[in-house]
Amino acid sequence: MTIKHHLTEDLLMAYSAGNLPQAISLVIAAHLSMCDECRARAMAFDALGGAVIEDDVAQMSDGSLEACLARIETLPQANARAPRRADGILPAPVFECIGGSLSSVKWRPIGLGARQAILRSSDGEATARLLSIPGGAAMPDHGHSGLELTLVLQGAFHDGEKVFGPGDIEVADASIEHTPVAEAGKVCICLAATQGPLKFNTMMPRLMQPIFRI
Amino acid sequence: MTADMEQTDWAALVMRVRDHQDRAAFAALFRHFAPRVKAFLMKSGASEALAEECAQDVMATLWQKAIQFDPERASVATWVFAIARNRRIDALRKSRRPEPEDLTWGPTAEPDQAEVFEAQQDTERLGAALSQLPQKQRALIERAYYGDLSHSEIAAETGLPLGTIKSRIRLALERLRHQMDVKAPVK
Repeated sequence: MTIKHHLTEDLLMAYSAGNLPQAISLVIAAHLSMCDECRARAMAFDALGGAVIEDDVAQMSDGSLEACLARIETLPQANARAPRRADGILPAPVFECIGGSLSSVKWRPIGLGARQAILRSSDGEATARLLSIPGGAAMPDHGHSGLELTLVLQGAFHDGEKVFGPGDIEVADASIEHTPVAEAGKVCICLAATQGPLKFNTMMPRLMQPIFRI
Repeated sequence: MTADMEQTDWAALVMRVRDHQDRAAFAALFRHFAPRVKAFLMKSGASEALAEECAQDVMATLWQKAIQFDPERASVATWVFAIARNRRIDALRKSRRPEPEDLTWGPTAEPDQAEVFEAQQDTERLGAALSQLPQKQRALIERAYYGDLSHSEIAAETGLPLGTIKSRIRLALERLRHQMDVKAPVK
């Protein structure tokens, strides 16, 4: 598989920092599962996180090591777990989110032969969905006001001059008018995530802070 | 970076926890990393009490999941960062970060020492580059990792000339890319 369209640096860094809505992270995790190049880039950003964490210290409470060792006594030792692998065209994180294989997806028609299935997400900050578009058909208008990621799992679509095949990811924002059209032939199946207005996004960490400060 | 970090083979200590449930090795890891995880969580907005509790959780996870650590791929600091980040998402967002599926290659019983050294070097080089950045730029990167910058704020800032940090990220990337090519079977 030759992947031509990759993730942007800012998304890789935000994913590494763990500061993205779950639906957006799902599409990124799915792309990383398919794209070794972006996976290596994501791991390099994790290494930067490792350097950041080395930077500063806070005093631990008295007896914290003993408390931690006591806690460890109560934990089962983890085993080398079974590797998480793709299920057909579904990368492991997507398979896990659906809780089953492609045949278990509950599709709903959205017109002109196209179908979609909204995936559950633990936060309401963005929405992930699977799209199934017949060859040659345009993706129904989806009017996103913020960031939108579209990852091809099967088939292909073109958007203007650019063609996106399996593993390719399109990164678009509200400023980009775009009309993806499925390539003739095989049904095009995509995983997409759409975020609300970007100003909402910058508000979020502040809104969440009181919850984290319990 | 501290002299302490350059002298201690953290990966070897994790291997001792993995293979022998070595409490002395764990104590050394705890003394170094627990205060760093706590500081990281406090700067991410956690109270002192929550950060203390989560730092202990993170260290307990290090013990529990030692078998899953691959020192050829990442330094201990990088692995600890990933555990702490996931703990923070759990506490902050009450959710789990979707993770990519597993690579076809993973930790081996006898890691290649040259590769382990290189992974450790990545973190040290990045740390050195970070400490040499002008204060404003360094604070920006740190805030991103404390979860204090949204994706769009990061997007607005990554155009900044971050100097040596970019070349150090590239070095780490080239090592990882090479590892992918060598270890992963052709898809």
